[in-house]
Amino acid sequence: MSKFKKKNAKTKQEVPTTALPDIVFMLLIFFMVTTVLREVTLQVRVELTRAENIEKIEQKRLVSYLYVGPMVLGANTFGDTRVQIDDALIEEMSFIRRIMYDKLLEQPKLIVSLRVDRESEMGIVTDVQQELRQAGTLQINYSTRRLQ
Amino acid sequence: MFKKKRGRESAEIPSSSLADMAFLLLIFFLVVSTIDVDTGIGLVLPPPPDEAEPPPPIRERNLLKILVNSQGMILINERPAAVTEVRERVANFVDNANRANDENLSVSPLAAIVSIKTDRQTPYEMYIRMLDEVRGSYKELRDAESMRRFGVNYDRYSSTVPPSDDEIRKVYPMNVSIAEPDPGSN
Repeated sequence: MSKFKKKNAKTKQEVPTTALPDIVFMLLIFFMVTTVLREVTLQVRVELTRAENIEKIEQKRLVSYLYVGPMVLGANTFGDTRVQIDDALIEEMSFIRRIMYDKLLEQPKLIVSLRVDRESEMGIVTDVQQELRQAGTLQINYSTRRLQ
Repeated sequence: MFKKKRGRESAEIPSSSLADMAFLLLIFFLVVSTIDVDTGIGLVLPPPPDEAEPPPPIRERNLLKILVNSQGMILINERPAAVTEVRERVANFVDNANRANDENLSVSPLAAIVSIKTDRQTPYEMYIRMLDEVRGSYKELRDAESMRRFGVNYDRYSSTVPPSDDEIRKVYPMNVSIAEPDPGSN
């Protein structure tokens, strides 16, 4: 009799937590899917400029980044201003046209976001823009931070 | 008796720590993930120039030429100007000083084109600042028009209507032209 009573008490004392891992795993999977872990390893220095009247780009999937800045040679030493797309430095400006054209075929609504170092000169930015025009990727965005 | 009890306890796999592990992973991904949005100044480049088709003629008075040289100095319609002046000049030009029909300002906001021209040596920062000023002046105009018509500022108005139905944008389209730069001295 006493044995029977004890068993009964044991089953009712605990809060059922069997569903808890499922809930947490669901959240976990959501975050794993939405996270973009791998950022591009930058080979050029990009310190963005600041501006006041800027807008957000809502559709992150449409955006392809293009980096312009002085090449990082070592700690605090910088070389010439170069262009980087994805993980590679661009050797010749005409490569931009081909790369961007291929990207445009994959994503017709492509927005090219130019992340340009603040100390760059307009010359290289214009060269990049001319290549983008030739590639047909006309939607661009100058990445800037909000002015504080 | 003793043996039987132990056997019953180990019948199911202890799953209470499973939640802890999942939480740990969850917290890791929460911390690592960056939900940062890219902000910036959007622009649409003109299609590549077509030799067979020359660009459409633009009346001189509808074009505001802003030129930034390699020292970051500004010329507006061939006259030197300060950075702080630009916003007001652009607003005046686009709106023709509240539709005063000045001969030297644009015919209407629809026809107004702001052209920004740079040298190859112009600092990028200066160029962005110029674009920012032009956008700022358009924002002021749009805000004023939106306040007058709908009683809210432009940001709030534009978030309620799709871009194709944007009445304010139809009144003040932003026509910014990026001119091909002078080669300058290398």
